[in-house]
Formats: sequence, structure tokens, C-alpha cells
Amino acid sequence: MQGHDEQSLLTRLPRLRRYARALAGNRDDADDLVQDTLERAWTKSALWGGVADMRAWLFSIMHNLHVDGLRRPRVATVDLDDDTPEIPVAAAQGERLAVLDLQAALDQLPVEQKEIILLVALEDMAYADIAKTLGIPIGTVMSRLSRGRERLRALMEGRIEPVRLKVVRMKAER
Amino acid sequence: MNPSSPITEADLHAWVDGHLAAERAREVEAYLAARPDEAQRVASWRTQKQELRALFDPVQDEPMPARLLRAARPRTPWYLQRVAAGIAIALVGGALGWGLRGGLQDRASQLAQQVPAAGMVQASGSAFAQRAAIAHAVYSPDPRRPVEVDAAHEDQLVAWLSKRMGAPMKPPHLQPLGYALEGGRLLPGGKGPVAQFMYRDDAGGKLTLYVSDEVVDSGTSAAGGAASNKDTAFRFVQEGAVNVFYWIDGPFGYALSAEADRAELARVSAEVYRQLAGTPR
Repeated sequence: MQGHDEQSLLTRLPRLRRYARALAGNRDDADDLVQDTLERAWTKSALWGGVADMRAWLFSIMHNLHVDGLRRPRVATVDLDDDTPEIPVAAAQGERLAVLDLQAALDQLPVEQKEIILLVALEDMAYADIAKTLGIPIGTVMSRLSRGRERLRALMEGRIEPVRLKVVRMKAER
Repeated sequence: MNPSSPITEADLHAWVDGHLAAERAREVEAYLAARPDEAQRVASWRTQKQELRALFDPVQDEPMPARLLRAARPRTPWYLQRVAAGIAIALVGGALGWGLRGGLQDRASQLAQQVPAAGMVQASGSAFAQRAAIAHAVYSPDPRRPVEVDAAHEDQLVAWLSKRMGAPMKPPHLQPLGYALEGGRLLPGGKGPVAQFMYRDDAGGKLTLYVSDEVVDSGTSAAGGAASNKDTAFRFVQEGAVNVFYWIDGPFGYALSAEADRAELARVSAEVYRQLAGTPR
């Protein structure tokens, strides 16, 4: 039933949005990602009958769109060199500091680790379902989860340097 | 699982995530109790999880942007969007509203007979209906190639026509009325493309739906408000053997053509209304 499926998308919307926000890091990109995911889902709605796990299917679409999006950056970026001063991080207080730190640390994770950590943390998704969603073997899920969690821990404890930032240089400049 | 098997990294993660059977979980707990460093490491994973939830759960409670709500709904087929506008106007006038409440299909048929005073719109509208009737007459008898893209490739048809027409073009499903979608084609209009969807009933009778954005070009402008709303009235014309039920709204004109009688065309319209009423908003 069309109505049922539509309902199903509507009820999943808040969670798709939560995951996208964590994945994309900011509201606009995240909502774009959700919108693209929904639109892709509708264009493939003829397949819904054969979809056993709608959640995994939707997150799989989002994963593909996100990874595709990362492959084509909107502006050219170049690595900062060692002489580039660190971007100052605004100080925050109390609870908020930890929260910002987590967000910043999350952004330092490779996307393939971040996705798995988020599917586990936010969606409580079983490892086997994550493997299905991302199209990778479950052993890979486990190793990425493990590396991701350790990396996140190390980042938050300040034991490892963040990945070198990238700076955007506009062509028109100078 | 073998109870004597060594605790692996995967076990530790599964324990944090609550995926272990009770017995194995107890073994992991015993393992961690004897290894404070490991216990601390595992505890930090758990904290990460909790903090991630604390950080992102509130997103779920944020007001949902309208664009996402729209995207979660099925793309309202263009013909329903038009009819929706038409019904909204008709409800104000109290005409179609009665038909909807009572589910009286003959109201739709009466509606079809209402001829609004619309001047140029009327003229361009009937010209439009005439073109639709001609297109129907030209293409519907062709048993071999009635359509360019058949219904088996509906996705392609929708994508193609939507792209060429510059607006979502999804054919209505009229199967419950006994009309199976055969497919569609793109036709040349006066200035640009025109879309035609073709349906076939069991007896081989054809029904076509013709969509053009040229009606407005020759008639109204996007005046907005009540002025453009007038365009949504439903009209009926006869072009030779072909009967046409049509309406104009916004940028598009829509025409249903068949050699069936007016009541039958009204019945199809009533089904469209019914589908619209069943569309959650």
C-alpha cells in the first residue's frame, strides 16, 4: 500500500535526520542528505515490495549518497602545511565542552568508521544489519568499529593529533 | 558459543552494545573485572555511545522542515495536484464539495457540464482540448505503436516525460476503473513538448491523458489568487467521436479523451477525486 509506505517514511524521518546530522556534521548538509535519500527512495518505490528491511534499505541509500557526495567536494581543497597556524578552537564551558569535543572528534574519524559507530550508537543496529546496510562483510564491520572507537577515544583524550586540517583556497583570491 | 573460548575484541564490543547472550556476557564481565585497563577502555566506548545519543537525539525533536515532509510523501502526481487545486476552489463554491461528501459520481458529471465564463482562457482551453482530441484520434487506433514508452518501463517513462516537461509527470493508476496504463509519448505542441499517457480498457477502448503547458501561453498569465483559480473549472467538449474532459490549472492544461461517453469520463474523474481523498496530506 502506498499509504503504508508513505507512513513508514514519515515515521522514519526523525531518525534519518538524526543520523544524517551526525554523519554530515551540519544541519543544511544533513537535511540535504535526508531529502536526497527520500527522493531516491521514492524513485525506487517500485522495489519496496522486495525490501525486507526498510530501515537498512534507507540507510543504505543514505550511505551511498553520502559517500558519493564526499567523492566530489564542492570546492577544491589543499592540505595545510606545517607552517599554517592552528585554527583556534573557541573555548566552551562545562557540559558543552565535552559535547563539542565529541563532535569535533567525530569529524576526525574516517567516514567508514564514523558510519558504523553512528549506526551502532544511534540506531542500535545489529552488526549483521550494518554489514548489510553498508554492503561489507561483518568482519569488516567489527574491525572498523573497533578502530573507530579506539580512535575516537584517543582523540577525546588528546592522545593523538587531529588529522591535519584542510584549507580552502578560492581561485579568485590574490 | 564455546564457553571456554577466549574473549575477543569483538566480544567486548558486542558486550557494550548488548548483543551477547547472558552467559557470554557474564564471561566478559569476569574478564573485565580482572583487567582494570581493559575495563576502562570498554567503559569509554560505552560513554561514547551515551554521549553520541545525548548529542544527536535532540535532532529528532527539532521541528521538521517542510521540504523533508514533502520529500517523505509520495510525489503527488501532477494530475492530483491540479485536481487538488480544482477541488479546493469547487469546495468554496460548494459544488464539488457536495459530490465528494455524498460520493455521488453524477455530480462530477454535472460539474463537467459547467461552463465557466472565462473569455480567452475558454478559447485557448477549447483549442487545447481540440488538440488533445486530435492527438487521441491519431494515436489511439494504432495497434502496434500506440506509445513510445510502454507501461513496463513506467519509471523511464516518468523520468523522461518529467524531464522534458520540466515537472513531475506520473501517470495516474486507473486500473480499478478498468483502464490499464499502456504507456506514454511526447508530442510536439505549438511551442514545446506535450505529454500523452495512454490507457486501454478490456474491450480495447482507449483513454488518453494529454498534458500541455501551452494553454497558459495563449491565454492567461500567472495572475495568482482568484484570477488564476478560475482556470481550474472542469469542462467537457466533444470533438467528433472523441469526448474530452479537461481542466486548466497553473501552468498546465489536462485533457482526458476517449470515445466513451461523458458519464464514463466523469466516472474516471470521480476515481481521480477518490484517489485524491485517499491521499494523506
